[in-house]
Amino acid sequence: MSIAVMNSEQSSGQNSVPNYSRDEIMTVTAARQLQNSAVCFVGIGLPSAACNLARQTHAPELVLIYESGTVGTKPSVLPLSIGDGELAETADCVIPLPDIFSYYLQGGRVDIGFLGAAQIDRFGNLNSTVIGDYLRPSTRLPGAGGAPEIAMHAKQVLIVMKQSPRSFVESLGFRTSCGFMNGNGQRRHGEFADASAGAGPQVVITDYGMLKPDPVSDELTLVAVYPGVTAAEVSAATGWSLRIAPTLTVLPEPTAAELSALRSLHARTEQAHANPVRIVLPKTA
Amino acid sequence: MSLQQAIAQYLHDGQSVAMEGFTHLIPFAAGHEIIRQQKKNLHLIRMTPDLIYDQLIGMGCASELTFSWGGNPGVGSLHRLRDAVEKQWPQPLTLHEHSHAEMAVAYQAGASGMPCGFMKGYPATQLAEVNPAQIQPQQCPFTGQWLSAIAAIKPDVTILHAQQADADGNVLIRGIVGAAREAALAAKTVIVTVEQQVEKIDADMNAIVLPRWLIAAIAVVPGGAYPSYAQGHYPRDNAFYLAWDEIARDREKFLSWMQSHVLALRDHAELLQRLQVAA
Repeated sequence: MSIAVMNSEQSSGQNSVPNYSRDEIMTVTAARQLQNSAVCFVGIGLPSAACNLARQTHAPELVLIYESGTVGTKPSVLPLSIGDGELAETADCVIPLPDIFSYYLQGGRVDIGFLGAAQIDRFGNLNSTVIGDYLRPSTRLPGAGGAPEIAMHAKQVLIVMKQSPRSFVESLGFRTSCGFMNGNGQRRHGEFADASAGAGPQVVITDYGMLKPDPVSDELTLVAVYPGVTAAEVSAATGWSLRIAPTLTVLPEPTAAELSALRSLHARTEQAHANPVRIVLPKTA
Repeated sequence: MSLQQAIAQYLHDGQSVAMEGFTHLIPFAAGHEIIRQQKKNLHLIRMTPDLIYDQLIGMGCASELTFSWGGNPGVGSLHRLRDAVEKQWPQPLTLHEHSHAEMAVAYQAGASGMPCGFMKGYPATQLAEVNPAQIQPQQCPFTGQWLSAIAAIKPDVTILHAQQADADGNVLIRGIVGAAREAALAAKTVIVTVEQQVEKIDADMNAIVLPRWLIAAIAVVPGGAYPSYAQGHYPRDNAFYLAWDEIARDREKFLSWMQSHVLALRDHAELLQRLQVAA
């Protein structure tokens, strides 16, 4: 992909249509969902990139919490892991891990949970555990981490995932984290209403566009696409028969300022992760 | 006490051992010593197994694993863990799987002398279906609300790495602490490696300090968390985590790396020296 050279005046994507990749418009679109001063519990990978882009562009007051116990962290590069030293050094406070899950997450103090996964189904349930049989899996994935409780207790959940028939599936190999379970309000009633303070996934952002749950059936419905993307393409990248809204919104392209912020974030990150570590050994007694 | 002595004296084949430290302060030196002493049939416990458990599993030290996220953070899979689960190499590995929040509750219960702990959210995830021995629904006696009961984790041995120990043996842990404190208090025996021994530890009043009488053995092992990190001493070697993906992908390459970087070396100091020379 070629990278267009832009000057800083060109902040509107209207006049200068910058070249950008699908990954970039996906990350920018995800970042735009985050409002300034929201308290956001961040997963690693795409969610972390989107959250830090938001903080460096339109949402400087965004409060980022990572499951390592770093609250209000402000990293200048993307952490490779959720526990990198820079997250601790730039945090408002660093607390023990049981506190973050009990007092902050289960206690209902998180506005937005931002997740990715290996698989998603039509009701926004997520799999990050296994593909195939649990005891003899064809692919053993890393597992749950913080996701099940983020999915339950954050007031709302945003999901960002690349879309393909292998990731957007008719039936999950394992339900690691719940979206709307079997849909039709199951999450809002009975034992679920007891267990969860959260409203579940409100937006799924992919490399084709955006899906939102139907207010009655809870089924994920394609509501918006990136410029040049057709509904047929998105259906072909979905492993179930995808519901499509009667009118599709075309999402705005990234601005030059957003692209430049995102690219410099990635460049700084790459450089930082390649730094060799020198250990200065302390003198031992 | 030397780390060799501590592992030889306090960790035995077939025991359960929790080596905590959440991304930060991972006790790599202690893990390598366990591999050198060829301990067998350990029940490994750790929220995020990380590279050190990949190495212990691949070297055939473990038969069980209690965990909540088993990946190479930010990089991808733990290939030795996957090989053990998917292809039973070098031996089968029984999984006891949780979420992070569940393990935090389980350690807290263990540290509190409780048989189990409680949390919200029973119906949400299928983890209870695959781990019924440790996750069960339970109704609140006061409100009738359905909760998850999580069985306590009480490791035979917990091993931590920390920044400082004072002359009396009190230990200071600072930075990202994960569930290190809970894992220590839940264990029957605690072994700690530290970056340095000091006259008086540099602790604020509410800092996380493990008092000396909780700890069975302390070994001074500078760089003992490398390639993870010790806040205030050295950063995480992210390049090593990226490089491990390639090393661990192949059984032969893995075994040869372990031979030359762990088995053939006397201790962690030699490993650090070797990697610095190679760099």
